[in-house]
Amino acid sequence: MEIFVSQVLAGLGVASVLLLIALGLTFTFGQMNVINMAHGEFIMAGAYTTYVLQGLLGASLVGLSFLISLPVAFMVGGVLGLILERTLIRHLYGRPLDTLLVTWGVGLMLQQLARDVFGAANVQVKTPAWLDGGLTVAGVTMPWNRLFIILLVTAAVVAIWAFVNKLPNGRQMRAVMQNRPLASASGIATGRVDRRTFMIGSGLGGVAGVAITLLGSIGPTLGTSYIIDAFLVVVVGGLGQVRGAVLAAVALGLLNAFVEYASEASIAKALLLVAIVAFLQFRPQGLFVRRTRAVA
Amino acid sequence: MYHEPGYGRPGMAPLRRGPLALAVLVCALAVAGCGAQVKDGGGEGPASGTPGVTADSIKVGILHSLSGTMAISEVSVRDAELLAIEEINRSGGVLGKKIEPVVEDGASDWPTFAEKAQKLISSDNVAATFGGWTSASRKAMLPVFERNKSLLYYPVQYEGLEASPYIFYSGATTNQQIIPGLEYLKEQGKTRVFLLGSDYVFPRTANKEIKAWAKANGMEILGEEYTPLGNTEYSTTINKIKAAKPDAVFNTLNGDSNVAFFKQLKAAAVTPRQLPVLSVSVAEEEVRGIGAAQIAGHPVAWNYYQSTDEPKNAEFVKAYKGKYGADRVTDDPIEAGYVQVQLWAKAVNKAGTTNVEKVKQASKGLTYEAPEGKVTVDGENQHLYKTPRIGVVQPDGLIKEVSTADEPVKPDPYLKTYPWAKGL
Repeated sequence: MEIFVSQVLAGLGVASVLLLIALGLTFTFGQMNVINMAHGEFIMAGAYTTYVLQGLLGASLVGLSFLISLPVAFMVGGVLGLILERTLIRHLYGRPLDTLLVTWGVGLMLQQLARDVFGAANVQVKTPAWLDGGLTVAGVTMPWNRLFIILLVTAAVVAIWAFVNKLPNGRQMRAVMQNRPLASASGIATGRVDRRTFMIGSGLGGVAGVAITLLGSIGPTLGTSYIIDAFLVVVVGGLGQVRGAVLAAVALGLLNAFVEYASEASIAKALLLVAIVAFLQFRPQGLFVRRTRAVA
Repeated sequence: MYHEPGYGRPGMAPLRRGPLALAVLVCALAVAGCGAQVKDGGGEGPASGTPGVTADSIKVGILHSLSGTMAISEVSVRDAELLAIEEINRSGGVLGKKIEPVVEDGASDWPTFAEKAQKLISSDNVAATFGGWTSASRKAMLPVFERNKSLLYYPVQYEGLEASPYIFYSGATTNQQIIPGLEYLKEQGKTRVFLLGSDYVFPRTANKEIKAWAKANGMEILGEEYTPLGNTEYSTTINKIKAAKPDAVFNTLNGDSNVAFFKQLKAAAVTPRQLPVLSVSVAEEEVRGIGAAQIAGHPVAWNYYQSTDEPKNAEFVKAYKGKYGADRVTDDPIEAGYVQVQLWAKAVNKAGTTNVEKVKQASKGLTYEAPEGKVTVDGENQHLYKTPRIGVVQPDGLIKEVSTADEPVKPDPYLKTYPWAKGL
């Protein structure tokens, strides 16, 4: 029983990380159909933002600099995304394969840039003292940093839901994604909406990077370890569906935790891919489908 | 897996992998600034005569991953090798000529290592090559060096069971690192051990050897767990370790996974006092990336630390930091990279030529006062006599020696002198 509970918690911990890195992609990939391989590098940029801020504010203010990093990393990721959208991606809408290649190249450039600026070796981000250790209930320990990530991702999901459904900007975004010519004819500046959507998606990547400094390494290739998992979550969840992403992340996280416990990590990863391929055979559109009245 | 001499431009190799990989590689090459164009016409054959010698210099190859996932570790080894070359050149060079390094990027991709090795040998006609880190990259380069009868110096500890006549192994083999590590755990009364490693050739081979040793030495192996290279999620692994209740963990994880594992172990409130994790691939450079606070108190096994108290070490640490910055650290593979260049230069000076067979001959029994203490080249298997040292990571990120062998241990890559290793 104890093992069952700790594995459920481990699975939820994995799920929250998966969801966090995938949330940005539900915008750029899900809404805009842009396969942005540089998204992993936006995550990396977020992680390095945490590192730089920690260096600027000093060791005594680790907790504060970590919290400040969240909005700053959102801006850093967002601005990087904005530049990418303006310079390259806007010329490539409707050509997903081309965006894949171009953004992969951009990702490699950003990696090399990070290597030149920060050095090839991993850098270290100190964990705030209030995230050290864990909460122990009935013999099962849940690390504080996992709980923090779960909290963060919950907040992000709620904010996204409110934005998409309640705010005029979000409604415009939905209108453009569902039927671009009609939205344009109704007076929506679709170019501006594209920019905004891409910026938010990229900014969420930056936020994920901050959270990941609690769990793993911070180096130039950080993004590559997460990007594939992020795409899997979005594909299984259904394009552009935040609730699909949530459900997919939880399902994949739990599946991963239990299969890995029963076998080992390499096998769990392989079985997970097999399960996803099988699932997509029966439901190629993912868990949820976007209802659209678009002609094309 | 590699292309014949004079084959041409770096971008051509991956055609067989389809246009996608091609495009990506082209980007990668452009980004990595790999401007090295292969010249047509190779020059004289490397095995014959004196490779690398030009009118006023001797060319050597340096082949490490300067991009990709392994760049984290290999860049600093390249730095150490360049430092050694600079020092040798300042004191007169080799055979009265300056050493001229040709630096290539293996890009953390094993076929690229083989390809670039071939380029260094046939196009640049280097006298010797210093390079590699992962066993996978060494295994990819081995046939290239053997076929061309050219020399490779390999600077990293590895799993043993290899002794190529064209490779000098300047890192530890099993009986100079892993076995002393196991003996240390046993001395500390840790007899119930959990094995954790990355899923590739080094950890799997090492664990096979560890299990054979454990059987003969009354150590119980409670579990064996492998995670893919680059894995970042360790909560399930940590739960499994907790459930098995071992006295210690023997860790052969490599690369970034160590950062994730130690961070998550600390977050799971497992202390080194309750459960020491002995690592064989975590040195000072890796401690920097993990964060000293996350790993302080855990033991490691190597042959050299920045804090090692040997006559030549203070000088080496000072020179390295002086050239690359006070915030840099030295560690075992970095030191081995430095030492192997010195050993090659010494052998060439002794032989009076860069001729491969004569350099090999001159290397037999060659000794050098290294930062780690005296090292000697074993004439038979071309490994080094090295002193095993167990250290414990300190809160300041350095490693303190807690157990040091009395003298350098003879390298035994095939573990021939150990009865328990029969049948491996």
